[in-house]
Amino acid sequence: MKVLVAMSGGVDSSVAAAVLVEQGHEVVGVTLRLWGGASDSGCCSLVDVEDARRVARTLGIVHHVIDESEVFAEKVVVPYVDAHAAGITPNPCIECNRYIKFRSLLERAARLGYDAVATGHYARVQSLGAFLASHDGSQSPDALPPDPRMSHAHHVLLRGVDPLKDQSYVLSSLTQKELASVMFPVGEITKEEVRKIAASLRLATATKPDSLDVCFVASHEGRRGFLSRYIDLHPGDLVDAQTAEIVGKVDAVELLTPGQRKGLGLDGTTGRRRYVLSVDVAGRKVTIGTAEQARELGMELRDITWTAGNALDGVPCHVTSEPGDSVSCGYHTGAWPSAGMSTDGALMTTTRSAISASRSDEIPSNGSGSAVSSRHMKVLVQTSAHGRVRRAEYHGGKIFYENPEQIVSPGQTVAMYSIEYPEMVVGSGIVSQGLPL
Amino acid sequence: MCGPPVGDAGWCSGSADRLGDPVAWTPGNWFPPTGSFCQLDGATASILDYVISYLDHAATSPMRREAIEAMMPYITTYYGNPSGSHSVSRQARDAVEDARDRMAKHLGCLPSEVVFTSGGTEADNLAVMGVHKARGGRVLCSAFEHRGVLAPCSDIGATLARVNHSGMVDLDYLESLLDAEVSLLSVMLVNNEVGTIQPISTIARIMQSRSPQAVLHTDAVQAASWMDLSEDVRDAALISVSAHKVGGPKGVGVLVIREGTPYSPLLRGGSHENSRRPGTHNVAGIVGMAAAFDAAAKVRDEERERVSKLRDHFADLLRGSMEIMEETAADRSRKAPGTLSVIFDGVDQQELLLLIDEGGVCASGGSACSSGAIQPSHVLLAMGYSHQEARGAVRFSLGHTTTLEEIELAAEVVISSVEQLRKAS
Repeated sequence: MKVLVAMSGGVDSSVAAAVLVEQGHEVVGVTLRLWGGASDSGCCSLVDVEDARRVARTLGIVHHVIDESEVFAEKVVVPYVDAHAAGITPNPCIECNRYIKFRSLLERAARLGYDAVATGHYARVQSLGAFLASHDGSQSPDALPPDPRMSHAHHVLLRGVDPLKDQSYVLSSLTQKELASVMFPVGEITKEEVRKIAASLRLATATKPDSLDVCFVASHEGRRGFLSRYIDLHPGDLVDAQTAEIVGKVDAVELLTPGQRKGLGLDGTTGRRRYVLSVDVAGRKVTIGTAEQARELGMELRDITWTAGNALDGVPCHVTSEPGDSVSCGYHTGAWPSAGMSTDGALMTTTRSAISASRSDEIPSNGSGSAVSSRHMKVLVQTSAHGRVRRAEYHGGKIFYENPEQIVSPGQTVAMYSIEYPEMVVGSGIVSQGLPL
Repeated sequence: MCGPPVGDAGWCSGSADRLGDPVAWTPGNWFPPTGSFCQLDGATASILDYVISYLDHAATSPMRREAIEAMMPYITTYYGNPSGSHSVSRQARDAVEDARDRMAKHLGCLPSEVVFTSGGTEADNLAVMGVHKARGGRVLCSAFEHRGVLAPCSDIGATLARVNHSGMVDLDYLESLLDAEVSLLSVMLVNNEVGTIQPISTIARIMQSRSPQAVLHTDAVQAASWMDLSEDVRDAALISVSAHKVGGPKGVGVLVIREGTPYSPLLRGGSHENSRRPGTHNVAGIVGMAAAFDAAAKVRDEERERVSKLRDHFADLLRGSMEIMEETAADRSRKAPGTLSVIFDGVDQQELLLLIDEGGVCASGGSACSSGAIQPSHVLLAMGYSHQEARGAVRFSLGHTTTLEEIELAAEVVISSVEQLRKAS
């Protein structure tokens, strides 16, 4: 295959390119120039471009630099700044994947005659048939029911094999269409193996440390310095949720995030751990409370993407309410063994009719769209890149936890994984607001 | 096939006096048969194999045989430092001074007014900063100068003189900017991206009447292959040229500083170049530059006609099969022969350049930034083109090695690439 590999100048994408070369693909490397401003890490600095170029030279592949700085500013940086101004904490890496790496670059690659785009993400893409065959020995792709929606190839996005490095969370905004033409070569191996391969090939990036922070925010100025060049940061009051008393001051309300505990300047003075409950930028007010208060029932989502598309609709049901029912039901349904929430029991106990209702929704093959918001299913949710998964139920654009959990800031992405196949990404959404207890 | 021109392996072994039999300069054999170029590594060899058309002469031109021949003795045999007093030094100094005399003739100045530099960018920098350091005052430059002028001008807070949509400096506006405060005006003779020729004598006259105290600098880097600089830039007090755009070596150029021009050196050190630009001379480079200018001057008139015909033919071929294509600065009577800058509507220059490169055609577009990424051309933006239009621009620049065959092959590749990109989007 003719593969365009996005080389950030880090070790993972270097090895991704190396693996593809080794597999015999026709490989061309490309580094995206995303940010014209100062930066010292990740995707934006000159050193990284040089590193990528050096690796390409070692591998004997052609390397190009493509300027995407205009789209990046428009789709990633401006929304990042605007969100902070509104007291929302965004996840720019996910937006970069959504709009740049797996939209703009994929489109470019298609125009240029490439078959696929590869990156150095720790995740896997498989065809649904191959996935099922490897999981349910009996279920060969041929054994799938003749569902008309299975007439085109379905793909599933899976966690990378290295549990510590898995990046499926930041890829959870990908659609079926995009999954059909992406490759994640290092998702099949561990970070340790990646480092080993890089060292054995003497790649310039073999010992380069992992990038951790937002790539366009230079470490010398940090988030505060970066944001203050674009928006005014405002001092504000810390207000106790219970007593409504002002218990402290912060010098920039925009920098605080619901769920945050550190950096409030309060620990030790009150004797209790305090958490940010909400940020009101206009009112210059940050409400704080106890760990118990900093919990929520779930959250409402926007920009929902069904990464798995209707892939699972073709999967014979493993847990059906009626034995022998061969209706393909896909997503795991049925009541929780012990309902953790006393409210709204109807939501928690899925009835057969509810299933039928939700299943009658046609899911667009690109996996996104509002028509599916009434879908109803049990899922595992993950609310940060390497966070714990929690059992929850998705219903009508909302996530309901099995048990209340610590609040997640509006703007953060929630990735949903299959209950039945916990390594499989079902879809994702962005938190628009929390559902209070 | 493009790459370093050589005959046989003769001079690779260190022999200074033999280049092998001259080879006819057609695209098929202008470059040596595989294996005859010493120290050619695998990567370079494969590039030579697949490049079928080099249309980026405005970036750099392949070396002229005359330049290589002239340089070889100064790489292999005559190693002297021209600043010394012994025989080895004298030999090198003679070569430098002989080259200086010839460059002075080409540039229409006195030998003492020729200052050797490391190339066009340095010459531009020295002109702007050297005059500003000596004189202060206000500096003006056209809005679409080469970055070698624009960057130092921006550092000292210069005023930009706007250019019109045809790629010509707006003379009325320029006149309105000129006053008694202006110390330097810098306007390039031939624009590097669209190829327009500015009326330097007219500009000098306007400047003289409004700002008699000011001096004129012209960046003539792109003009040297096509124009007689001893005539065309007589009125400029400072002139920048670069060797490699004329088929000479990279890393060497000249700044002409006419007598009486206010100038303070930026580099400090020895008394080389009359202290205007200290640093040991690039002897082989200087000799090669003079040889390249000599060779270019000898064939200038024929080449101007030959290359402009090829350029026009190339434009006709493209236009013949593409409906949506705009030639920037379309008035060819005011344009250097080698340049054709085209906007392909609805096509991203980055993708087109990548695709034609795969097809063996070398061209460029916009301004490469430090990372190597291509950004919309500041020249086209200055001419009033939108970001999106500038994103579709590709510059084809022809030169002394360009042939009809190359042009026709390139046209085929460009046409099919544009079609592919338009069909897919």
